[in-house]
Amino acid sequence: MVSILFFLFAGLAIACSILMVYHKNPLYSAISLIGVFIALACIYVLLAAPFIAAVQVLVYAGAIMVLVIFVIMLLNLEEDKQLTRLRYLYLVGVFLGLALLVQTFFIYHAVIKTPNQKAEQEATAGLTLNIGRAMFTEYLLPVEIAGVLLLMAIVGAMILSRRGEQVKIEEFKRRED
Amino acid sequence: MEEIIRATFPVIVYFAAIFLAFNGVLIIVAYTVLAERKILGWIQGRIGPNRVGPWGLLQPFADLLKFIFKEEIAPDKSTKFVYYLAPLISLICALMPIIVYPFGPPIKTIDWSFLPYGLGEGVKELPLRIADFDVALLYVLAITSVGVYGIALAGWASNSKYSLMGGLRSSAQMISYELAMGASVLGVVMMAGSLSIGKIIQAQTQYPTKWFIIPQFVGFLVFLTAAFAETNRVPFDLPEAETELVAGFHTEYSALKFALFFMAEYVNMFTVSVMCTTLFLGGWYIPGLSYIFEYGSIPYAIVSHIGFLLKIFFFLFLYIWVRGTLPRFRFDQLMSFGWKFLLPVAIGNLVFTIIMVYLGIF
Repeated sequence: MVSILFFLFAGLAIACSILMVYHKNPLYSAISLIGVFIALACIYVLLAAPFIAAVQVLVYAGAIMVLVIFVIMLLNLEEDKQLTRLRYLYLVGVFLGLALLVQTFFIYHAVIKTPNQKAEQEATAGLTLNIGRAMFTEYLLPVEIAGVLLLMAIVGAMILSRRGEQVKIEEFKRRED
Repeated sequence: MEEIIRATFPVIVYFAAIFLAFNGVLIIVAYTVLAERKILGWIQGRIGPNRVGPWGLLQPFADLLKFIFKEEIAPDKSTKFVYYLAPLISLICALMPIIVYPFGPPIKTIDWSFLPYGLGEGVKELPLRIADFDVALLYVLAITSVGVYGIALAGWASNSKYSLMGGLRSSAQMISYELAMGASVLGVVMMAGSLSIGKIIQAQTQYPTKWFIIPQFVGFLVFLTAAFAETNRVPFDLPEAETELVAGFHTEYSALKFALFFMAEYVNMFTVSVMCTTLFLGGWYIPGLSYIFEYGSIPYAIVSHIGFLLKIFFFLFLYIWVRGTLPRFRFDQLMSFGWKFLLPVAIGNLVFTIIMVYLGIF
């Protein structure tokens, strides 16, 4: 049962990601990306990590993608503009894709090679309490660093968006004088 | 044969529970619409619908039939797939939280041994809910935050200016008020020490002063305000502001497609009322009831369930009352209210709660 569901959601995730890359229309790509996030959340639930699944939907599908769709709708981007600049990126893409494929096969090989060991059943590892405990004891430093990084990004965004405004205000004042 | 029955019985029970819960909620929602029209009528000095059935009681069914038989119209230049997908997203995301509603306390006194094939073996209690898991509260927040896509995509796919404005407003509003809502919920979560809805209610079932509305009154007000905004209700109904945007995001929707949006809005209202009741008013818990009936008995469950419904009806009435009395916000007022007032208040309340919990006062 679990494996049927896994293949269902994994297939959905793969199909949605292919659609995301191939669609010319940015809004369709965004919708496909939401599909990917939701399929991944379902896989997290199958892996006994309900907290991560809920947060995945809440943060990625619910907040970040709403912002993306908001921007796409606000700008009302033109459809099918042929890519003429940056053609050499196709080559880089092919190279990176091959590297990813090799990596995937390597991981697959390594997994197949390892003896079939039953991992310690940590069915409770995905629960909220345990995640919180791990985050604030064992992984405190990475969490703090990530927090500081995010704060820096927010402050940077504020300054960048405010700079133009300041110039405009000064210009306005000069004109007033 | 016996094994098949043993294997399928839990599935059948779950389906029966889901069927009961969904239909119960949908019938209440249908009558909320009628109640809204009636109460708005009284507020405005009218009578309200009174033609269909006695006292207008069959009006919801008449409305539904009318929706079904109306002509289906889709704009020529709309993006068809997304256009038809949007109302479905709206309604599905509105209906999904029903599975974690806490309808009542568990019933423990029924002896299940009368069931054939030993089906009742090891069954100790009958929980009056479909599911309760470790992250139930987050689940509800996550699903309701996905629901906004229904509105945003409807606005985009209709290929109409009014709809697009409605969709844009809705997504901006949703992003702004979700933060305040999440922050106001966190205070309750911290006091209960869990994200599970069952445990949050359990934490409030000692005496009425344990209801989280007393220590978390600020959180309650923030949650209620944000909830009005999240459900796109007056005074925050800018996505469908009739006076400026015709009908906002559903301008181009007709017949049953419109009915789906309409239903989604009212189911969302119900969900938010359930959340308010559960987080701040103790869910199904009625103070002092355990002196009259034994906890876990059938009458206790029935009276608690009625109490739960009454608390929800109070919030639904509040929604209608506010709609009848308050004017609509302007868009810039909405944004500055959300970001400059509601969010700082919610975060202040959160910090206050952290200190109080740390000091052991709450």
